[in-house]
Amino acid sequence: MTLPSTRPAPAGPAPAAAGRSAVAPTRRRRRGDLSGYAFAAPFVVVFAAFLVWPVLAGAWTSLTDTSLMAPGGFIGFGNYAEAFADPQVWQTLWQTFLFTLITTLPLVLLGLVMALLVHTGLPGQWLWRTSFFASYLLPVAVVTGIWAWMFQADIGLLNSTLASLGLEGVGWLTQEGVAMLSIALVTVWWTAGFNFLLYLAALQSIPASHLEAATLDGAGAWRRIFSVIVPQLRGVTGVILVLQLLASLKVFDQIYLLTAGGPNGSTRPILEYIYDTGFTNYRLGYASAISYIFFAVILIITLMRFLPSRRKEH
Amino acid sequence: MAALLTDPATTGPADAPDGVEPAPRSARAARRLTRQAENRAQTRLIVGDRRLARVAVLAVLAVLALAWLIPLLWAVVTSLKSEQAAASDASWFPADGFTPAAYVSVLTAGDVPLWMLNSTIVAVVVTAVTVMISAMAGYAISRTRFRGRRLLLALVLGSIMIPPQILIVPLFQEMLALGLVDTLAGVILPQLVAPVMVFILARFFDAVPQEILDAASVDGAGPWRVFWRIVLPLSRSILVAVAIFVFIGAWNNFLWPFIVTNDPALMTLPVGLATVKNAYGVQYAQTMASAILAALPLLVVFMMFQRRIVQGIATTGLGGQ
Repeated sequence: MTLPSTRPAPAGPAPAAAGRSAVAPTRRRRRGDLSGYAFAAPFVVVFAAFLVWPVLAGAWTSLTDTSLMAPGGFIGFGNYAEAFADPQVWQTLWQTFLFTLITTLPLVLLGLVMALLVHTGLPGQWLWRTSFFASYLLPVAVVTGIWAWMFQADIGLLNSTLASLGLEGVGWLTQEGVAMLSIALVTVWWTAGFNFLLYLAALQSIPASHLEAATLDGAGAWRRIFSVIVPQLRGVTGVILVLQLLASLKVFDQIYLLTAGGPNGSTRPILEYIYDTGFTNYRLGYASAISYIFFAVILIITLMRFLPSRRKEH
Repeated sequence: MAALLTDPATTGPADAPDGVEPAPRSARAARRLTRQAENRAQTRLIVGDRRLARVAVLAVLAVLALAWLIPLLWAVVTSLKSEQAAASDASWFPADGFTPAAYVSVLTAGDVPLWMLNSTIVAVVVTAVTVMISAMAGYAISRTRFRGRRLLLALVLGSIMIPPQILIVPLFQEMLALGLVDTLAGVILPQLVAPVMVFILARFFDAVPQEILDAASVDGAGPWRVFWRIVLPLSRSILVAVAIFVFIGAWNNFLWPFIVTNDPALMTLPVGLATVKNAYGVQYAQTMASAILAALPLLVVFMMFQRRIVQGIATTGLGGQ
């Protein structure tokens, strides 16, 4: 975290400032109070209106049998009891975990490999960076449009390539068991660029002198990469891992647009179940209850990730 | 820059193996030469001097880049086919040649230009307002003392953990109550809350030297002037990085705009395209042409500013150690 080197020369007024703050601490404090409120106010307003309030309102809704048509009465923890007994909740939650499991590792590893390769400074920097990051910039409808077209049963690129090799076509989005892998493939292609960019930024902040020192000590290329560079990336890897887990657990868009949860509901994630319950079946109260159960799961996973690492540091 | 132009010592890389480099004609060319020299030094440092190692790394890079580019190239090729050719076979070179027909019909007949306008309005407003109010709040948390500051910081930190997706139900009810369903305001307002950005900016402001701020306020600048004329200009790199992330997020956001809009005239690009796919049915060339058009603005911006973007991310501390 560096700042532009435009530090002014030690200015004349500095001693005067010190004197004044010593003389009138209360007045300064009052002024700080007022401007603090003024600076925080616009954010606090939207924060309260569109985050704090919905969190509280959702918690209340989850305790009622509200539908999209009419507010409903208080039913206590009825929705929660129903959710725990609902096999759909467990199935969609499991499918969300499955998706997270099969996407996280490839996404983190590929991001790292791409960043290490580009960081070598070989010719074509502009092209490499653009190729790896371009797909991350595409809106989800574009990504799914392209891949639905690639996955096409008879005229899609993948199956016609297989056909030209004499192999049989695959029902990429229509076969149970395959569809989730296809969606994972699309997701890796779409979002690996983000991790790539985070790793690249981290690599660029490693001082070259470390590598020079290692070279002088006789470390070869592999040694330099695995003993000097990779250990320095531990911090950013932790950040990327948490961001990636949270992002994968929240999967909805690309699944909804590619398979709408099919075939046979085998790719439906929990967010789609929440969406279906609330906006297709109009059961807002029940949808809220599932949302809060899901939130609790995310919280537990995040805390599990953070607690051991904090213990290690101290 | 002027020094780079005239000083021969800095125009070429000092350790260039092939002797004298031609004098660069512009500042940009000079910068490119310095960068190339840096890249060469970097390559030597990481890959080593062996030619074979360098070729191997380049080959892996090329294969990966190709794998990442093929779906995009395939989309471009399809968008340039006639509908007939697109629907009949999967060849890279259609028998009846390439045609811009799909782009013409998308741009003249469909809603794509309108959705692009909506997306631009939403993304620009969300970015401008979010960056401004987050910077102000970050400044308040970092540099002012007021009652409730610690509570605000705790709330901001805690809310980073809340996935916005679980708020769709209560937010929709709220918008219903406010009469904002099917309005651009309804699309925009919930996207203005970005606790992560407030936190990142506050951490950056923590590092601004207090003497600079004190000197300015002694010179008679009020709190707003100090913020606007001193703090914001000092934080340009982080503001750019934050703005880019907010803009990408707003431009590509799907779930919330999808829920809050039903009127096609108010849809953003991702939402509109998701419905156009059904409307056009099997017109693959047109679908791909609208996809390319939708992707173009961000792609062009990234290609132009990619180096700055990487540097910007490094300053957020997200990419650093």
